[in-house]
Amino acid sequence: MASAQLSIDPYNIIIAGVGGQGNVVLSRILGNMLSRRGYFITVGESFGGTQRGGSVMSHLRVSARSIWSPLIPKGRADMVIALEPSEGIRVLAHYGNPKVKILSNTRAIHPVGVIAGELQYPSIEEIKKSAHELASDAWFIDATDEALRLGNPILGNIIMLGAFSGLSALPLEKESFREVILEMMPEDKLDMNLKAYELGAEMLRRVVLDTTSRNKPGSGAMNVI
Amino acid sequence: MSYLADDNEGVKYLLLGNEAIARGALEAGVKVACGYPGTPSSEIMESLSRVAHERNIYVEWSTNEKLAMEVAAAGSFAKLRSMCVMKQNGVNVGSDFLLHLALSGTRGGMVLIPCEDPGAISSINEGEARMFARMLEIPLLEPGDFQELKDMVKWAFDLSEEIGNLVMVRSVTRLSHGSGNVKCGKLPEIDTDVHAEFTCDGFMLDPDKGAMITMPVDHFHDQLQEKVKKARDIFEDCPFNTYHGPEKPELLIITSSACNLYSKEAIALLDVEDRVGLLKLGTTWPLPPKLIKKYLSKTDKILIVEEVLPFMEENVKVLAAEMVPEIGGKTFYGKNAGNLPTLGELNPDLVATALKTILGVEYEDMPETYEKKAQVATLRCAPRRELTFCPGCPHRASFWSIHNALQLDGRKGFVCGDIGCYGLGFLPAGFNTVKLLHAMGSGIGVASGFGQLRQFGMDQAVVAVCGDSTFFHAGINGLFNAVHHNSDVTFIVLDNGGTAMTGFQPHPGLTVNAMGDEVPSLDIAAICSALAVRVEIGDPFDLEETQETLTELMQDKKGVKVLILRKNCALSPERKGKIEYEMHIDEQICIGENCGCNRLCTRIFRCPGLVWNNEKKTSRIDEAICVGCGVCADICPAGAIQRKEVA
Repeated sequence: MASAQLSIDPYNIIIAGVGGQGNVVLSRILGNMLSRRGYFITVGESFGGTQRGGSVMSHLRVSARSIWSPLIPKGRADMVIALEPSEGIRVLAHYGNPKVKILSNTRAIHPVGVIAGELQYPSIEEIKKSAHELASDAWFIDATDEALRLGNPILGNIIMLGAFSGLSALPLEKESFREVILEMMPEDKLDMNLKAYELGAEMLRRVVLDTTSRNKPGSGAMNVI
Repeated sequence: MSYLADDNEGVKYLLLGNEAIARGALEAGVKVACGYPGTPSSEIMESLSRVAHERNIYVEWSTNEKLAMEVAAAGSFAKLRSMCVMKQNGVNVGSDFLLHLALSGTRGGMVLIPCEDPGAISSINEGEARMFARMLEIPLLEPGDFQELKDMVKWAFDLSEEIGNLVMVRSVTRLSHGSGNVKCGKLPEIDTDVHAEFTCDGFMLDPDKGAMITMPVDHFHDQLQEKVKKARDIFEDCPFNTYHGPEKPELLIITSSACNLYSKEAIALLDVEDRVGLLKLGTTWPLPPKLIKKYLSKTDKILIVEEVLPFMEENVKVLAAEMVPEIGGKTFYGKNAGNLPTLGELNPDLVATALKTILGVEYEDMPETYEKKAQVATLRCAPRRELTFCPGCPHRASFWSIHNALQLDGRKGFVCGDIGCYGLGFLPAGFNTVKLLHAMGSGIGVASGFGQLRQFGMDQAVVAVCGDSTFFHAGINGLFNAVHHNSDVTFIVLDNGGTAMTGFQPHPGLTVNAMGDEVPSLDIAAICSALAVRVEIGDPFDLEETQETLTELMQDKKGVKVLILRKNCALSPERKGKIEYEMHIDEQICIGENCGCNRLCTRIFRCPGLVWNNEKKTSRIDEAICVGCGVCADICPAGAIQRKEVA
């Protein structure tokens, strides 16, 4: 299957989070969705026993040309999907550049050092400020909060994927999401995942509208979908 | 992933490296597959176990790596294709058997797959098995991308049968735990009426019909060297040794494994495709001399890119030195010259940096102003994440009790750790109680030694911890030694019901095997009781009783005492997603920093599900993280942390 040209090739995505948030599942779903569209996908990740409670990162590289290194070179991330807000900032020190974009969950997972009172966790405002300083675009989604409302915090990763699809950075369709979920999970999980995916896309749309209307004072028409 | 066993020749999938390896073995018609779990290797065996019945394969999670090799070898001796899979240090465990297996030779194709961990991402070492290939005189293959993981594993079985000996195929974390597109090949017909037989009634030295022995050693060693020479000749024309680049490159990179992808990327980043040639070797021991000579002749400058130690570098240099009269002297860059580090994993940037210096080209990976800004933001917004036990983990509770018992005992006691999540007990997560951590089973082994030092005046409490899978793997030998020599040791088995760290693979203590079939289970308590030592069994979530028992056992200074703490892992299928208690903080009772406990719950206990509310100055349950184990209710002296049973 011939894949459409990408304006950035390879397009480099980093999924950042904390062990147990479903990084690996998310990178596999996203990779499989794009692989079905004929793209060359290379994924690099770290998982296993020593990731308990630690920072985790998946590198996902999308290309119409070939596979690449499973590790993204320094300064070459195009998109950071942060399942945990401070983790999105952390990866920029090595992989960021002025053109990078960030899509971030807002729900913090406090490191044990913060729980113990030895370290400080920043406010979400501080994180947003840093993200806007370091990235060309940054969007924040209350993914875990919504996932808890759906009944399971782990769905936060699917909400984030839905939100990413809404950015139209890559050709992601709901249909390929459905196919991949059916291949990877028991059938009874499909509805909940589809719901989370759609919710994510909708939440992103609201965030984008909100930002647009705030940036253009007086353009009340932007509030109408 | 059932598609691994689908008849889908020509179809492309995004496969995890370890799935690609499993598919390669399926395409080769493997019949016996054995392994011991270890990151980053475990998914190979897991993939095979899922299709074991469907494909008529025997899949076994063996008790340890040496057994995995032995069981697989039996398959090979009976002319079946067999494989054994493990992480890098597993090869050390079985190396004694391997030394003799290489000498006796094999019959059915037999492949040894170590998945190594440069950079020690999920290991407490970054050892390599590559040196074993040279030491044992067996061929070593190193796939250079995801497609090759599949193709070369398949080919390794053919090669093994061609030379009549074991073949090693080495993977690394970034391949095993990476994913890439893989085009599937043909699966053989499912062979249901296969008849295995070990033919051993022929002439003693007949490799196909004789006995599988290594004596006379000179005969078998000679045979072994003939086999490895044959492999070397085959390697001269092996399609997995590839070259990309100009006819006369200014610099030749020789590389293998994941470093092939890093090198390719670095060449693209620096835009030096017309100046640099890339020789990717799939066959790294023994090196094919004619092929090496052909490429060394192309240029005078050579950079060797590999992980971790300069293994290929040294082997290439030996050949290059012998070839000087024909091809002249060469300048080598790599690890010995300091262009690349001799520890840790490589990446595209490290290769790019080496290329930049050697070729004198400019390359900026990140604008300096941006880098500074990003570093400041990280310091401000991304507090360090220390590793810890999962919420609801029985180890946090166990170490809480061990720590308290050691304090009560008051003899500067310490814990000899072992391999498993509980190895993190050296961190604040385990209240820094673990003070030694080496190999599988070494906790009780070393403790057995400490327990003898009373002869020299040592009077510290000696405690060893060991997981259930580790107990069977190698812990049991240490226990025998300690009991037989009457060592003063308190031995704690942290039984969480499976090989938890690597994903709940079964072990001899469980009632199912790798293929999901029912099997007899071995009872750790009964085994320990049979040694005629004191054995107690407890629930680590019962803090009071555990501490009481432990204190008593430590006071009893005669020989080995065993405490088995049983509670399934929080991520186990039995417990995952099942909340036992609804946790709640009574903010009227929690007086925060004014309490004499000095925030025992959050400052010391440090469960990720129990956080500090900076505004209200009380503890708070994080409902997205807490799994409702209820243990923290017992550590709060004020009774502010409360649990309610979930109906």
